[in-house]
Amino acid sequence: METIELNINGRKRTVHCLANATLVEVLREQFQLTGTHVGCDTSQCGACTVHVNGDAVKACTLLAARLNDATITTIEGLAQNEASHPMQKAFNECHGLQCGFCTPGMIMSAVDLVSKGGADSPAAIREGLSGNICRCTGYQNIVAAVVQGAAEMQEQSS
Amino acid sequence: MSDSLVGKSILRKEDHRFVTGKGRYTDDIQQVGMTWGAFVRSPYARADIKQFDTTAALAAPGVVAVLTGEDVTADGLGGLPCGWMIHSKDGSEMRQPHHPVMAGDRVNYLGEPVALVIADSRLEAKNAAEMVLVDYEPLTAVVDPALASESDTLYDAVPNNLCYEWGLGDEGATEAGLANAAHVTTLELTNNRLIPNAIEPRAALAEYNSGTDEIVLHTTSQNPHLVRLIMTAFVQIAPEHKLRVIAPDVGGGFGSKIFVYSEETALAWAAKKLGLTIKWTAERSESFLTDAHGRDHVSVAQLALSAEGEFLALKVKTVANMGAYLSTFASSVPTYLYGTLLAGQYRTPAIYVEVDSVFTNTAPVDAYRGAGRPEATYLLERIVEKAAVEMSIDPAELRRRNFIGKDQFPYQTPVALEYDIGDYEASLEKALAMADYESFAERKKPAAGLGKLRGIGLSCYIEACGLAPSQVAGALGAGVGLWESGEVRVNPTGSVTVLTGSHSHGQGHETTFAQLVADRLGLPIDDVEVVHGDTGKLDFGLGTYGSRSLAVGGSALSVAADKVVEKARKIAAHLLRTEVDNIEFDAPVFKMIDSNESKTFQEIAFAAYVNHDYPSDELEPGLAEKAFYDPLNFTYPAGTHICEVEIDPDTGVVEIVQFVAVDDFGTIINPMIVEGQVHGGLAQGIGQALLERALYDDSGQLVTGSYMDYCMPRADNFPDFKVDMTCTPCTHNPVGAKGCGEAGAIGSPPAVMNAVIDALGGADLDMPATPEKVWRAAQRLDLKKIA
Repeated sequence: METIELNINGRKRTVHCLANATLVEVLREQFQLTGTHVGCDTSQCGACTVHVNGDAVKACTLLAARLNDATITTIEGLAQNEASHPMQKAFNECHGLQCGFCTPGMIMSAVDLVSKGGADSPAAIREGLSGNICRCTGYQNIVAAVVQGAAEMQEQSS
Repeated sequence: MSDSLVGKSILRKEDHRFVTGKGRYTDDIQQVGMTWGAFVRSPYARADIKQFDTTAALAAPGVVAVLTGEDVTADGLGGLPCGWMIHSKDGSEMRQPHHPVMAGDRVNYLGEPVALVIADSRLEAKNAAEMVLVDYEPLTAVVDPALASESDTLYDAVPNNLCYEWGLGDEGATEAGLANAAHVTTLELTNNRLIPNAIEPRAALAEYNSGTDEIVLHTTSQNPHLVRLIMTAFVQIAPEHKLRVIAPDVGGGFGSKIFVYSEETALAWAAKKLGLTIKWTAERSESFLTDAHGRDHVSVAQLALSAEGEFLALKVKTVANMGAYLSTFASSVPTYLYGTLLAGQYRTPAIYVEVDSVFTNTAPVDAYRGAGRPEATYLLERIVEKAAVEMSIDPAELRRRNFIGKDQFPYQTPVALEYDIGDYEASLEKALAMADYESFAERKKPAAGLGKLRGIGLSCYIEACGLAPSQVAGALGAGVGLWESGEVRVNPTGSVTVLTGSHSHGQGHETTFAQLVADRLGLPIDDVEVVHGDTGKLDFGLGTYGSRSLAVGGSALSVAADKVVEKARKIAAHLLRTEVDNIEFDAPVFKMIDSNESKTFQEIAFAAYVNHDYPSDELEPGLAEKAFYDPLNFTYPAGTHICEVEIDPDTGVVEIVQFVAVDDFGTIINPMIVEGQVHGGLAQGIGQALLERALYDDSGQLVTGSYMDYCMPRADNFPDFKVDMTCTPCTHNPVGAKGCGEAGAIGSPPAVMNAVIDALGGADLDMPATPEKVWRAAQRLDLKKIA
C-alpha cells in the first residue's frame, strides 16, 4: 500500500492505494468521481482525461502513487463559482455530445487546449482533439462547441 | 394555443448531467460488498477443451468462486437464441448451433468465455483468471467466409457451415433481363468487417436478493426487456418476474448493445447461484474480441441496362459471415434488412438476390448501425456508378432516369417492400446544387496542377426503418412483435411523466419525446420527463435499433397523448356539467363550445386524482394512458450524399474536401438532434470507407484488437459536413417521422468510394481505402491521362 496526498477538485485528500493503482481507479473507486470514464485502458480514447497540475493527462495510464502532492481537477471540479464552465455550457449549446461517455474527457482536453493557446482555428481544434475519440457526434459540433467555449473563456479571462 | 414545439432545435434536457460528470453509467454504480468478475477467454479460434483446472485460481487471494462452462452445462442453462428464423430457398429452416453461455467442451472463436472468476476486487479477479488452467486441443480454424462452405465442418448439424441459403425475387425475370440487356455491368466487392466500438465498453452489475429471490441486473443494453425475456424464457436463469433489468445511461450502442451476450448472462446466473453482487466491465480488448461485429459480406452483382441506361434487372449473390454463432438478430441482417433494399430508389423491374450465410471461427456478426441496409446501398450505388462510367452517362443523370417518380407512390418493389412516399429527385437536385456538382471540372483541374487527384462520387440511398408490421415480420420469421409501448402519465399537479419502451443511448429521447408530448398537450417542455430503460418501471418494450424510436416509440406516445386528451375531455365535461361533445381541446385548455367556460390542463389533472364528486360508474379516476403502437409499414428515409475527395498520389492519403448530405426523414421534431445523428452516421460511414477494418489472420487471431491496430475516425479525419433536408412526411404513422439514426452510415460509404475511384480513374478498390491501397492504385496510373 502506498500513501499519498492529493488535492482533488480543491480538497486535500489522503489516498491509500496499491502501487499499481491508476489515477482513474483512485478517482472512480475511492472518491466516486465517476465522471471520469475509462474507454480503452491504453491512452488511445481520451475518455479518462483529467487535469494534473494544470495539464490534461489520460488518467487510465498514470500511476496514482507517483502523484504525491499533485493538484487534480476532474470534470466534477471544472466549474468554479458557477453552475457550469463555459466549455460545459458550449457543449450543451452546440450539441457537442450525444451519449455523453467521451464528453468529460473531451471537455477536459478542450479546456486544456484553449488555455494553452492551441484552439485558434477549427483545424487546430481538430488536431488538438485527435487524442479523444467520440463515436457519436462526427466531431463537427464538438469543434463548434470548442470555438464557442474558447471565445467565452477568453472573454472571462480578459 | 402555444407555439409548436415540433421542429424546434431545443437544447437537450439530458446534457447537464453528462457535461458535469453526473451521468450514471453501469460501471459508475458501486454497491457495498460488491465482488468483481473476470472472464477466462479462449486463446484459440477453435479448440476442444480437454479439462479445466481451477485449483490454483480458487486458492488465489480474494477469490470467492470460479465457474466454468462445465457448470453452465451442469446447471442445464439454455443457449443464447437467435430471434429471427430464416428459411432457405428449399423451405428448410436455418441451422442454429447451440450458443452456450460459456463454452465447456469446444471453443469456436477467439475470446469466447470459458470461465468466470469472482473475487473481492477487480485486480484479484483478473489475477486469478490467469491461474485457471484450461487444457485445449487446438483445431484448424475456418476464417474466410468465401471459403467457409468448402472448409472443415464446424458443427455436425450444419453441413458445409451453411446457416441458410436464402433467396428473394424473380430469378427467371432477372435472367431474362440480363439476357436482353444492351449492357451488363458486373461488380465484385466485399463489405469490410467492422467493430462497433461504442466508447462505453459493455458492463454489468448483477445483484441477487435471497430474501425476495430477485435478481437486479444493471447492464449496457439498448433493449432491457429483451435481455430479461431471453435470460429468463430461453436461458432460464430465473422466472421473468424475478429478474429486473435496468439499462441506465448507456454510452453508445450502434447495434452492439442490442444483443444478449454471454458475459451479462453469466453474471446474472452467477449472482443468483452464489448469492452475490457481481460487477464486470469489459476492457477495450474484450470489446474488440466479443462485441458483435458488423457487415462482412462478399458479393458479386450484375446490373442489366438498356441502351438508354434504363435498369432492366439486378442479380446479386452474397456470402454473409455470421461468425461462430448466431447472435440475437444476426440471421435477419443479410436477408430481410439487405435483400429487400436492393431496389434502392429505382424502378428496376426484376431483381433476384441469393444470400448464403456461413459460420466461421470469428466473433458473432450482427446488426451494426444500418444493419444490412449499408451493405445493400454500398453494392447498389457502387454498381450504378460503375454502369454510368461504362456507358458514359453522367452518374447523376443515370440515377435520375431510373428514379421512382414522386407521383408513383405507393410503389411496390420486386423485393417485397412497398414504399409509401418519397421524392428522390428533390434530394438529388438539392445535393447537386449544394455540392456545386456542375462545376466539378473547374475544381479538378487546379487540384491536378498541385499534383492532387480530385474525384467526386454520389450515393442515392434508401433505407427501411421501424421494422413492421408485426404480422408481416412474424410471417418472415421474426420471433418478436415489432410494436412499441408508451405511457403518458399525468401527475396530479399537471406535470407529465412519459414512459417509453424505446431506449436512449445518445439519441436524445429525453428531449425529443418530451418535445413531442409537450407539444401535443400544450405544456412547457420542462414539465415533461421521460423515463426509459428499466423493466421494473415500464411495460414491455422492444428498445432502440433500426432508427425505430421516434417512428414507432414516438407514435406510441402520440397515441397515448391522444388518449389522455380524450379522457381529459370527459373530466372537463363532468366539471363543466356538459356533454363530452361540447368540449374541445385548445392545448393546453379544455373549452366548452359556445361558452366562455374552460378548464386548464392543470385543473383537469388535479380533478382526475381528487375525484370527490365523480360519477364513478361513468368515469374512472386518474389520468394516465398507455399505447402499444404497431406500425402499418416500414418507414423509408432516403436521400443523396455527394463526396468530393483529393488524393495525394505520393502518400495515398485521401482527404475529404467536401461532403454533402441531403436526407428526407419525414417530419422532424428537433432539427439540431437530427443533424447530430447525421454527422455521427457520416463519421461511421466514412470511417468504414477510409479507415476501419476488422481483420483476423488465417488461424483466427484478431489482428485488429486495439485502437493501435483498428483505425478509429478522429476529429482531424473530417471536414465540416454540409447537411440539409427535404421532407415527405411518412404517410402511415401519426408523427410523420421516418427515422434518422442510420442514414449517415448507409449513404456515405459508396459516395466516398465512388469519389475515390473517380479520382483514381476507375481503379477497383475495396473498403477501406487506406493510404497503402490508394498509393498502390495511384502508382499504376498514368497521372497525366487522369489529370
